[in-house]
Amino acid sequence: MYSFDIQRPTSVADAVSALGAEEAQALGGGQTLIPTLKQRLASPSVLVSLGAIAEIKGVCTGDDGALCIGGGTTHATVAKEASAYPALAALAGNIGDPAVRNRGTIGGSLANNDPSACYPAAALASGATIVTNSRSIAADDYFQGMFATALEEGEIITEVRFPVPEKAAYMKFEQPASRFALVGVFVAKYADGVRVAVTGASEDGVFRWTDAEAALSSNFSADAVPAAPSGDGMISDLHGSGAYRAHLVAVMTKRAVAAAS
Amino acid sequence: MTKVTMTVNGKTVSGEVKGNTLLTEFLREDLRLTGTHVGCDTSQCGACVVHVNGEAVKSCTMFAAEADGAEVKTIEGMANADGSLSVIQQAFQDYHGLQCGFCTPGMVMSAAALLKDNPKPTEAEVRDYLEGNICRCTGYHNIVRAIMAASGQDVPAVAAE
Repeated sequence: MYSFDIQRPTSVADAVSALGAEEAQALGGGQTLIPTLKQRLASPSVLVSLGAIAEIKGVCTGDDGALCIGGGTTHATVAKEASAYPALAALAGNIGDPAVRNRGTIGGSLANNDPSACYPAAALASGATIVTNSRSIAADDYFQGMFATALEEGEIITEVRFPVPEKAAYMKFEQPASRFALVGVFVAKYADGVRVAVTGASEDGVFRWTDAEAALSSNFSADAVPAAPSGDGMISDLHGSGAYRAHLVAVMTKRAVAAAS
Repeated sequence: MTKVTMTVNGKTVSGEVKGNTLLTEFLREDLRLTGTHVGCDTSQCGACVVHVNGEAVKSCTMFAAEADGAEVKTIEGMANADGSLSVIQQAFQDYHGLQCGFCTPGMVMSAAALLKDNPKPTEAEVRDYLEGNICRCTGYHNIVRAIMAASGQDVPAVAAE
């Protein structure tokens, strides 16, 4: 690793101020950033650890019934405490491995927006709101392509608000070495329609499969899932071709609909 | 340099660390607690698992400065006060739950974290929990048997037998 200073502010306000320094970088649970630093793919001057900020940790239910998760909440805590949204708790409990889940955070995952990460699919399929130190961003506006988000420099995710669906499920076809999704599909059925979000497949990162949403909104059954989308623009690598991933999108959507509860 | 103070295996320790000093480096190189192993250094293998505030973490993927003020437990803190092996360690010996032994510290620490939350796991739960701990000797069957025994359950006839 290149050398850097590390700071551990205990409030969002102090963290925002520390992130104002030249080449400062926020550190969530570090389960992606620390390996990245080891490979010398990043060279911040200051790392601002968000791990000591109590006000952005925890799970609660908001006045509107939405499940609110602090940006610094670990995957393990979400798995244990998000019982109001079982599909989300199950997703969190299947990220990485137990030791990774004890460190990695929902805010870190969403800020990084890895094209194969699980949480972006949940946030997009749920129409979640990403709350930062300065504003609220709808999930539909937040994800802007592979590793790209609407976050400004130095902006911190303080909370994520998930409207709780009638039924939902996440199905992940796991890449066994990394445990990231080769393809993951999150299906969420709300009173006003079904949302389907796909991770791991597209070169543009997480996306909504609108054809499936339309079909499932009128008939919520696995048989209603349309034929696989085109493989154009899908990730093609040693783990699978674009066409293979496109095929998996339909398969995992059917499984998610069948499993939704 | 940053000053850090933490409790390691019940003893308060302090040290000066750089921003990029990993917890595993602080434990091994500053405190000379070399029981915590570094296998892959890429958070895959789990040889470096320790407990921080009671939770299993990969100490190669956490900075020492982040453990300031924390309670840390390593494999050196697992034995009983009289020096005899803990139930889990003894079970690893009894059931030959190690071959070369390199992954063993992480396996024992993960097993302890599992049994704290789930004192009577099924064989499938043990295997699932150990997904972040890799045994390069592929000695998983006896590791699973040891953990089942440590939980006070019948040791299953595992698939390999």
